[in-house]
Amino acid sequence: MIAGISIYEILTVTSIIFFIGVYGFITRKNLISILISTELILNASVVNFVVINKYLYPTLLEGVFFSIFIIAVAAAETALAVAIIINLYRQISSVEVKETEIMKY
Amino acid sequence: MNVSYTIAIPLIPLAVFLVLGIFNQKIKPAVSGYIGVAGLLTSAILSYYTAFQYYFIHGKEDGVFQTFVEKTNWMSFTETLHIDMGVLIDPISVMMLIVVSTVSLMVHIYSRGYMKGDDGYTKFFAYLSLFSFSMFGLVLATNLFQIYIFWELVGVSSFLLIGYYYTKPSAVAAAKKAFIVTRFADFGFLIGILIIGYYTGTYDFQTLTNPEGSIIANWASGSFMGLSILTWALILIFMGGAGKSAMFPLHIWLPDAMEGPTPVSALIHAATMVVAGVYLVARLFPMYYFVEDGFALNIVAYVGAFSSLFAAIIAVTQTDIKRVLAFSTMSQIGYMMLALGVSGYEGHEGVGYMASMFHLFTHAMFKALLFLGAGSVIHAVHSNYLQDMGGLHKYMKITSITFLIAALTISGFPFTSGFFSKDEILVAAFEHNKLIYGIGVFVAGLTAFYMFRLYFGIFWGKNTKYEHTPHESPLSMTFPLMVLAFLSIATGYTHFSEYVSPDKMGFETHLDVKLAIVATSVGLIGIALAAVFYFKPNNLSDRFAHAFGSFYKWTYDKFYFDEIYLFVTRNILFKGVAASAAWFDRNVVDASMNLIGNSTVLASQKIKKLQSGRFQDYAFAFVGGAVVLALVFIYLWTN
Repeated sequence: MIAGISIYEILTVTSIIFFIGVYGFITRKNLISILISTELILNASVVNFVVINKYLYPTLLEGVFFSIFIIAVAAAETALAVAIIINLYRQISSVEVKETEIMKY
Repeated sequence: MNVSYTIAIPLIPLAVFLVLGIFNQKIKPAVSGYIGVAGLLTSAILSYYTAFQYYFIHGKEDGVFQTFVEKTNWMSFTETLHIDMGVLIDPISVMMLIVVSTVSLMVHIYSRGYMKGDDGYTKFFAYLSLFSFSMFGLVLATNLFQIYIFWELVGVSSFLLIGYYYTKPSAVAAAKKAFIVTRFADFGFLIGILIIGYYTGTYDFQTLTNPEGSIIANWASGSFMGLSILTWALILIFMGGAGKSAMFPLHIWLPDAMEGPTPVSALIHAATMVVAGVYLVARLFPMYYFVEDGFALNIVAYVGAFSSLFAAIIAVTQTDIKRVLAFSTMSQIGYMMLALGVSGYEGHEGVGYMASMFHLFTHAMFKALLFLGAGSVIHAVHSNYLQDMGGLHKYMKITSITFLIAALTISGFPFTSGFFSKDEILVAAFEHNKLIYGIGVFVAGLTAFYMFRLYFGIFWGKNTKYEHTPHESPLSMTFPLMVLAFLSIATGYTHFSEYVSPDKMGFETHLDVKLAIVATSVGLIGIALAAVFYFKPNNLSDRFAHAFGSFYKWTYDKFYFDEIYLFVTRNILFKGVAASAAWFDRNVVDASMNLIGNSTVLASQKIKKLQSGRFQDYAFAFVGGAVVLALVFIYLWTN
């Protein structure tokens, strides 16, 4: 329990972070920025895990462990994404998302 | 009498065909010739053994020739309607076995000499064996459907052998023509078979042709357009027979079929396959005779008589010696058909049937001999045309003498086999129908004339200068000639009527001296006329041809039947029927399919712009969809 703060307030904050991430993911032009936006989405969900674990089952630690697991996966995923972006950069000398449309149709 | 061993007669040539066909490239030509001859020799010996056993030992019980059948059920439709495969031994099938095996054996031996050095030597023998297999199967068939299967098989072998020189466009065209025309006729045959199957419920020859059986007794049970259904079926079956036997108006393929190698013409287009139509009518003879008082049989008689006259007239003017023989074959088969057509059933009444089979038997021998002799001549002078020949007697004694024997036989010269068989035919025609008898006598004269025109034209007449001096053919070719020359005379003395008759009881025949004198003198007049025209070089024949003017031209061009058929097929069938069918196919059938395909493509082109390739668009659609779904579910849950 965090004194004076209800679960709704924290969930509101994480929702805001989540939708900022979504917004960034959809609107950013730069691939790196898009990657950062996905990190925001992931982090919002990590916080949600921890908070909901704390408020529903204060004696258990599954939610916390799971958030650590997500952070590890996110690190791996970021490494992969950066590798893709670097390869893309070698191919088309750009990290602008509108240059990656060659796969359409 | 156990007849199951006769199944080997067709199967041995089949085995030879498979061996020669599969190991085509591996077998040396000389060896393949021996294999072919050996296979056929075995079949021939078995056939003779069967004939001996049947005619002289086991065949007759209480004075009637029995029918022996060995068969196995191959395909059944209903309780009674099933297709069997097997062998049927009765007087005419045994007679045909002898004809087919003898002629085929002679042709095999002859081909070893005639085809020597040809590239497709092994292939040729493989085809010959395939043909022999099919023909034996046809002869031994136990039911209508089995005969139809082998009927088509002989058609295929005929197609393959006519088109043997497949690098020659005319041979290819002739092969196609033969196949298409006979196939067209077989369409009628098939419909006839199906009608018979539907209305009588059986294909079995013994059930169908039993004169006391219910099928013949109840022929009037169904009628269509004023004729009994069975009569229609028999007319349609005869259409198939007429196609195979080159009866007018389905005769156009036979002259062109001479494009094939000469031994093939002798075997298939003279002695065996082309008489299959006669054999078919004879096989179903009780039906033809009893159903509707022989209405279909009358058609057979008139078609036969007209064809024999028509072909004999054309034969007089042709200059390609093989074509003369082809038209002569057509004319003689017309003779057999008319004999069947004027036949009765019981006792001596059945003389027409007997005469037809007898003539088939003797004709096979002398016509094969004529063709093989012509082949020997062509082999020597490398030309088919009468203009390029003449005075060959002093170069080719054996060919000349055997050819003379055959020509005398076909002209009905006394004491040759043709004399006896023709006499029987004329006796039958005289008793039945005077008009047909008149045609028969006139054709006999014409036959003698054109045959001796050919003989004198080739072996006597003008002394043509040859580039290479012609020489007699090797023994492998002259041996069959001599055997067949012997048979051409000997087969006349076989007491044929005691063995083959429609009621299978046999009867005595006596030479009808009056009719024999008429026929013989007409034949002799024909020979004499030919001698006047062609024995010594002169211009009488040209002046005669000139006197006939346009009639000669018409005859020479075979009364323009080829052109009429071409006109009908090109202008009416191709332009009328086929073109409109093609239009329907293109604009209705294909078009509806194209419409479905094109509209799918069009729709995909319209909507594929959605796939922009920008993954942010997809993410937007995904998130938007998720949000919308979430809102929907929240709305549903809260209410």
